Amino acid sequence: MNILLFAQLRDYYGASSAEYSDDELPLTVEELRRSLASRGSDEFREALLAPNVFCAVNQKVVDLDHTVRVGDEVGFFPPMTGG
Amino acid sequence: MFEVEISRTRLDLSALNYRFAGGDESIGALVSFTGLVRGNGIAAIEVEHYPGMTETVLRKQLESAAKRWPITRGSIVHRIGYLPVSEPIVWVSVASAHRAAAFSACEFLMDFLKVDAPFWKKELDVDGVWKWVEARSQDQSRASRWMGRDAATLI
Repeated sequence: MNILLFAQLRDYYGASSAEYSDDELPLTVEELRRSLASRGSDEFREALLAPNVFCAVNQKVVDLDHTVRVGDEVGFFPPMTGG
Repeated sequence: MFEVEISRTRLDLSALNYRFAGGDESIGALVSFTGLVRGNGIAAIEVEHYPGMTETVLRKQLESAAKRWPITRGSIVHRIGYLPVSEPIVWVSVASAHRAAAFSACEFLMDFLKVDAPFWKKELDVDGVWKWVEARSQDQSRASRWMGRDAATLI
């Protein structure tokens, strides 16, 4: 699975997506977030674990206890600042 | 007619207004909002988005507005990419038979666009340093005003 990262999260991670093994799924969004956070720099970890980070599964914002399954599209991003 | 567009090129406001206004005699009111890149200490901004999700979210916001107010048309056009100061970043337009619905729906759409549509901005300051824009709590408060007791089921 590819996890999409946007804005600061992408900058801190150094890539716009992170590879994640399907073998470890299903996981909750929170489990996935913690696992992913451990792979990056201190800056990335802090930004990804911030309480205001959003997660979208299949392009819809979900709660931290949502279950991520094989085939889902997952994106993490900071609060939105459009307009 | 409800439309969403993500644009990489400068918004032509005259063309957008002209295209939006014509061809429906039931329309008595058009309300448009244009957001510009504000220049307090910055030289430019860069806007990115989540392709696919952005369009879905904005279309749903138009549907929500159409459930709440008798609007006949709605259009949201948002820039992405590099924008110098004073350039239009977003254009939201709503048409209805009477002005009250169009005013309210246009404000509703902008308030939710700010907090729910997956766009992110970074600013280039006058010293040449890029910095991500932080979300503002006032924007969340403005959007929350619409979530009253009879609004909860509609949004």
